[in-house]
Amino acid sequence: MTITLEVKMKSLLTKTLSILLLTGSGAALAAGELNFFNWGNYTNPKLIEKFEKEHGVKVTITDYDSNETALAKVRAGGHGFDLAVPSHSHVPIWVSEGLLANPRVDQMENFKYVDDRWRNPDWDPGRQYSAPWQWGSVGIVVDTSVYKGDINTAAIFLDPPAELVGKINVAPEMLDVIHTTVRYVGGEVCTTDKTVLRKVRDKLVEAKPKWKSMDYGIIEKFAGRDLAASLYWNGAAFRARLKNSDVRYGYPREGYGLWADAVVLLKDAKNVENARLFMNFIMAPENAALISEFARYANSIKGSEKYMPADMATATEIVVPEEFQSAGTFYPTCPPEAQKMYTAIWTELQK
Amino acid sequence: MAAVSPYPSAALDLEALARRREVKTNILLTMPALGVLIAAASGPLLIMLIFSFLTPGDYGGVEWQLSFDAWFQVVFYEDIFDETVSLADAHMSIFWRSLKLSFLTTVVAFVLGFPTAFFIATRPPETRNIWLFLVTIPFWTNLLIRTFAILEIIRNQGVINNALLGLGLIDAPLDMLYTDIAILLGMTYVYIPLMILPIYASLERLDFRLVEAGYDLYASRWKVLKRIIMPLVKPGVIAGSILVFIPSLGAYVTPRVLGGGKNLMLGNLIELQFGQGRNWPLGAALSLTLLMIVMVALIFYVRSAQRETG
Amino acid sequence: MPGRAGKPFVIKHMPGFPVIAMVCFFALYMPLVPLVIYSFNAGNNIALWEGFSFRWYVAAWDNELVKAASVRSIVVASFASFFATILATMAALGTTRTRPFRGQLTIYALINQPLMVPEIVTAVALLILFALIKEATGYHGYAYLIIAHTAFCIPFAYLPIRARLEGMDKTLETAAADLYARPWPTFRRVTLPLLLPGIFAGAMLAFVISLDDVVITEFVKSAGQDTLPTYMLGQLRRVITPEINAISSVLLLISVILVTLIFFLSRSKTA
Repeated sequence: MTITLEVKMKSLLTKTLSILLLTGSGAALAAGELNFFNWGNYTNPKLIEKFEKEHGVKVTITDYDSNETALAKVRAGGHGFDLAVPSHSHVPIWVSEGLLANPRVDQMENFKYVDDRWRNPDWDPGRQYSAPWQWGSVGIVVDTSVYKGDINTAAIFLDPPAELVGKINVAPEMLDVIHTTVRYVGGEVCTTDKTVLRKVRDKLVEAKPKWKSMDYGIIEKFAGRDLAASLYWNGAAFRARLKNSDVRYGYPREGYGLWADAVVLLKDAKNVENARLFMNFIMAPENAALISEFARYANSIKGSEKYMPADMATATEIVVPEEFQSAGTFYPTCPPEAQKMYTAIWTELQK
Repeated sequence: MAAVSPYPSAALDLEALARRREVKTNILLTMPALGVLIAAASGPLLIMLIFSFLTPGDYGGVEWQLSFDAWFQVVFYEDIFDETVSLADAHMSIFWRSLKLSFLTTVVAFVLGFPTAFFIATRPPETRNIWLFLVTIPFWTNLLIRTFAILEIIRNQGVINNALLGLGLIDAPLDMLYTDIAILLGMTYVYIPLMILPIYASLERLDFRLVEAGYDLYASRWKVLKRIIMPLVKPGVIAGSILVFIPSLGAYVTPRVLGGGKNLMLGNLIELQFGQGRNWPLGAALSLTLLMIVMVALIFYVRSAQRETG
Repeated sequence: MPGRAGKPFVIKHMPGFPVIAMVCFFALYMPLVPLVIYSFNAGNNIALWEGFSFRWYVAAWDNELVKAASVRSIVVASFASFFATILATMAALGTTRTRPFRGQLTIYALINQPLMVPEIVTAVALLILFALIKEATGYHGYAYLIIAHTAFCIPFAYLPIRARLEGMDKTLETAAADLYARPWPTFRRVTLPLLLPGIFAGAMLAFVISLDDVVITEFVKSAGQDTLPTYMLGQLRRVITPEINAISSVLLLISVILVTLIFFLSRSKTA
């Protein structure tokens, strides 16, 4: 009696196992699925719901923390993702590493809504590979109840004032940190000048003991007053301010970075059609507004303003004050030689 | 089948046959488990060894080219600007921090855990089970939940700071989060049941008549503890220490959540190489280094356990 | 000096130990209290109490990601526990109550390897191995997770089964043999029922271990294969809302129930 029960259990289990394995591998059953690889805490659930309803596609989001992690994961192969969202400076790297397919974004139906400024960027000529997601800046976030001085300088994290020492966070985003520090010591973007880079390395290594952490997820930390300052992105600063009204966002006058995250189609994507649908979907004004509303960053779509929350129209995190506008640059992809040196500095800092 | 014969040689043959069959059955029974373990536990270690001798790929992964750089980088550091070779301070400080924190965790776990185990073991049998039950619940709670619980109470607006502020003992919140102390607290909290349970097991088997004998001879409590109880309980103490020390050494989740990305332990350093560090061979080499340190600790344990029973 | 005037001398008492024990118990449970309390926080800050509410439990229940991750956790744990228990039972039968044979030590080392080797080392080794296989075959389903989990669950299933087996002497089986019973029916009718409590304990232990695993799963998983612990790890590093508290509280409750069950079962066993 127990044997027949065992046998029945075994066959039931083998059947379930095989079904599980097949669906997990995303083989022929890929008709209504999409695997979206995006930054953590960066996708509006309402956007996904809307897309799923409109197109009958089941979207699975996996998140990552940094460009580096995303690149490492996709480069290693066997990831199973269809779309990813690298920052602009990384898009050429992904292209040259052969990780992307070319979906001809510029020929998609909703491309007409893309603002002129974003139609032909240096890092994706002709806008073929990537659909715009959000764009923003890398600046200084400060809890002004702790420090009342000038926040528009990178000295906040590189030569911190006494009140802030031990309460600073620095986003563990290699290029953002290095570019800002290079400008701070007076160097040129993408420089390979060893004297400048040496100063950068020394400055960072010297400043690191004064930091509290190098982590993501600062919104709650500012809300809970565990942090008083950070080098971080403007949208997160905005959301932190909504929870802790003493938070302010500063633009380093020595030079700060602008970035644009864009959705790309991966070469080994299994759900190409659904991926292209999604890329087109996010370029529609109402949808772009949904994206911005969640993470509080600006988007590149004309006509989305009327759908966005009112406070975004006047926030300093979104609208750059006159005096700081010239200091912002979209950092290009640096040549491999520079990349190598930056990586070396970064790994040294990380330890 | 040969008939049972009065001659010893025939009987021995049957016995040997049965024994060989038994060994064969045993091997067949054990094979599947070993197979899975070799495929998914031991085998991959060999592959990792191979990877530690390869060259890192530009954006992660490896190039299949022999290189000793990874092993070199574990211990030495070549300055990127003036190419001087020196001891890899950064790695050394991480090794040191890992060893230090693991050791401290073990010590604190012992200081708190031994009396607790003693207390439980000396309760009357009916209530003993309840105490054991109370110790086991945290043990079965997910590691993440326990780490998160510590995160919550040491934050600037967490319970500890609120209590200290409320009592007027401090003026401003203590910055405990993202420090080595935070990691120590977290690891002790997570691993202390692993110290208590083996010591309890040893204490339960302790014959308290020996203790009584010590007191009859006018020994003080401290002497009895030191000279009678401790030596007898040593196997449990050593087991508990190993059970705390080894996982602490290779801890990854607790330092990651409580350390804020700045106070790296060995586990975090290893993970870094597979992410932003883009150096898989170095990650493999560091993992093997960790393994070697653990093996040394284990050998030490086995030796001292043998000395006890020998 | 032994004994204070008027007070009986208790052999089993060590001064200060009960106090330390109480401190220890308090320290073990105290952090869990705010965790559970704040899961009922009406506000969305995990530090500022804004009133009582079940909203986070509802939110966690509605959260697709949480549901999917939970289901995945349970499925993987079930399969891993099932396979691990079968393999461990066979291995226990093959290595216990026998004469010592060559290579026994190696076999013990191999079986218990997951207990001795730090998880991160195994995780990294598996990451490398599976990356190679994924690139070669293009397959990235759940088999990797299940195999990895089965492997590290085997020693956890093995130990209780072996302990139980060692406590069983062979007289019953010998009696069955004397009655001309063949090996397989003997196993099924005599050994197995006696072994069942150990097998059950092993299976439960394996299940819980698999359910709780963070490190190995984090390294080995592919797209959309988050288990509940890896989902929580992701959230812990980014957004911490009371939803995490809610999920943690539920898991805590499940742990308590499981431990209570095991305790009652083990007591009835020895009764």
